[in-house]
Amino acid sequence: MSLRMPAPKEVQPKSFKFNKANLDKINFIISKYPSDRQASALLPLLDLAQRQNNNWLPLEAMNEVAKILSIPMIKVLEVATFYSMFNLAPVGKYLVQICGTTPCWLRGSDKITEACKKKLGINYGETTQDNQFTLMEVECLGACSNAPMVQINDTYYEDLTEKSMTGILNDLAKGKKPRKGPQSGRKGSEPQIIKEA
Amino acid sequence: MIAKQDIIFNDIHGHLGSSLKFSEKRGDWDNTKNLISKGSDWIIEQVKASELRGRGGAGFPTGLKWSFMPKNKTKPHYIVVNADESEPGTCKDREIMRNEPHKLIEGILLAGVAMKANHGFIYIRGEFVDEAKILNKAINEAYDKGYIGKNACKSGFDFELTLHRGAGAYICGEETALLESLEGKKGQPRLKPPFPANAGLYGCPTTVSNVETVAVVPTILRRGAEWFSGIGNKNNTGTKLFCLSGHINKPCVVEEEMGIPLKELLEKYGGGVKGGWANLMAVIPGGSSTPLIPSKVCNNVLMDFDSLKNEGTGLGTAGVIVMDKSTDIIKAIWRLSKFYKHESCGQCTPCREGTGWVMRSMEKLIYGHAENHDIDILKNVCDQIEGHTICALGDAAAWPVQGLIKHFRYVLEDRIKDYKNNVLKVAE
Repeated sequence: MSLRMPAPKEVQPKSFKFNKANLDKINFIISKYPSDRQASALLPLLDLAQRQNNNWLPLEAMNEVAKILSIPMIKVLEVATFYSMFNLAPVGKYLVQICGTTPCWLRGSDKITEACKKKLGINYGETTQDNQFTLMEVECLGACSNAPMVQINDTYYEDLTEKSMTGILNDLAKGKKPRKGPQSGRKGSEPQIIKEA
Repeated sequence: MIAKQDIIFNDIHGHLGSSLKFSEKRGDWDNTKNLISKGSDWIIEQVKASELRGRGGAGFPTGLKWSFMPKNKTKPHYIVVNADESEPGTCKDREIMRNEPHKLIEGILLAGVAMKANHGFIYIRGEFVDEAKILNKAINEAYDKGYIGKNACKSGFDFELTLHRGAGAYICGEETALLESLEGKKGQPRLKPPFPANAGLYGCPTTVSNVETVAVVPTILRRGAEWFSGIGNKNNTGTKLFCLSGHINKPCVVEEEMGIPLKELLEKYGGGVKGGWANLMAVIPGGSSTPLIPSKVCNNVLMDFDSLKNEGTGLGTAGVIVMDKSTDIIKAIWRLSKFYKHESCGQCTPCREGTGWVMRSMEKLIYGHAENHDIDILKNVCDQIEGHTICALGDAAAWPVQGLIKHFRYVLEDRIKDYKNNVLKVAE
């Protein structure tokens, strides 16, 4: 397991409130679970809070969710530190998560990592000075037949080469929207000759 | 080789469209009311007769598992679909969810009928954001059309379906950890017994089944158990999605007959091993948790549960990871050890401490910075983890390393020798 701690006090905002649109969503989410089981809505609510707060989860947001669901704060903290998708400290506008597990590694994820580090000038766990990009290594993202791949915020980019990886980062930096999914030209995971990274 | 008419997932690569309209054209939701009306016992009998074995890794007979649910309903029953696909090398459920979501939804409804469950959950891994969107759209389509919800398919059976997104934890693929997570807790596996069929989600009878298992059930019920059990080999029946990754020319996901020879699978669909079959070093046949097999075993082995078990490995999730002779096999397995170290939930000491220990030992072995007896100590640590934890993650962390030592001990020893020689050279 890996140790995950909330961000230091200086970084934590003083308060957190859900906006109106999300409050409506919360009621809908809770209604999808049996009536006396609203604790089940914990993961979706933390996800919602993170999305509202520039993709990271401050302690005050956990507190707010704990209140809404009538769960002790410590239980929420346990959950938030257990699951790797909750970012406990601020991240850049684009969170670049490189899959480095064996199926991706066999097809050149090291080269993808190098391309990202070179392009962004940062190492794993760091954020660029303009707060645009954060770089992380993650474990298997379940797209092994389309390796190597990265996830940037919600989107998968697959069948990567150094060139296509750099191109994606260039596009994002310029505010353009790169094509998602396989960069090799295939639609999904159909058999097709794919060049290694 | 699979006959064209036996293919269940006709649009696994997403060329035809995943919406209700296109799914119906492919035969989904065709007179589902009729299947529901045949009742719970009939569905379970058919699934039993088809000899379908769970597609999530363990290969437990599905019909038998479903029959464990209590016959007399005193509490709500739940059907939970395990879509927390995170086993390295595995990417098949993703294809079902984004390209054939209606097969899955119809399967859940029929599984719900079989187990007298009026509420179903799909627990999808949090990273699959696009897949969750597609699935959510498909669920809404099924609700709007009256296929699920109150009086599903006008059968008189009520069925609610909830899509639940995880948040990044491999361990939630373990069924009781998944239930904990669904209840809003840390995903730490439960001690069994009680098994979920007696006390599962919210303490109620629950069955957890893999996406692929559930998604093939409507086709089995329509075409008949004999049709399904006639494909493949005895006790290893039906068709199966295989995920091919690693050093092959055409990495892909394909549906084939259970029991297809590994070599045929890799050459026919995978476009062959990079540099030719002679360049093959080893294959991990069923996702990262299954021990690797060296090339000489790959020549003739069949891809089914029993054949692979006889070779000391397993079909697992059928995530086939291919490694050619250019691979640093020690580093490849070390990377898996790192994965298990990262994903251990921390509940049981042998796993929490052992996975870190194994990773660090493997790291030293990559450079050969060890002694020959360190290999025995490593083997011993793996043996101490295996079988001594609440769930199978401990076993899964031990098996790849045990497989490496069993088949490639000479590589480890050579690496140690090389390191010593290099040190001596520098000293001179």
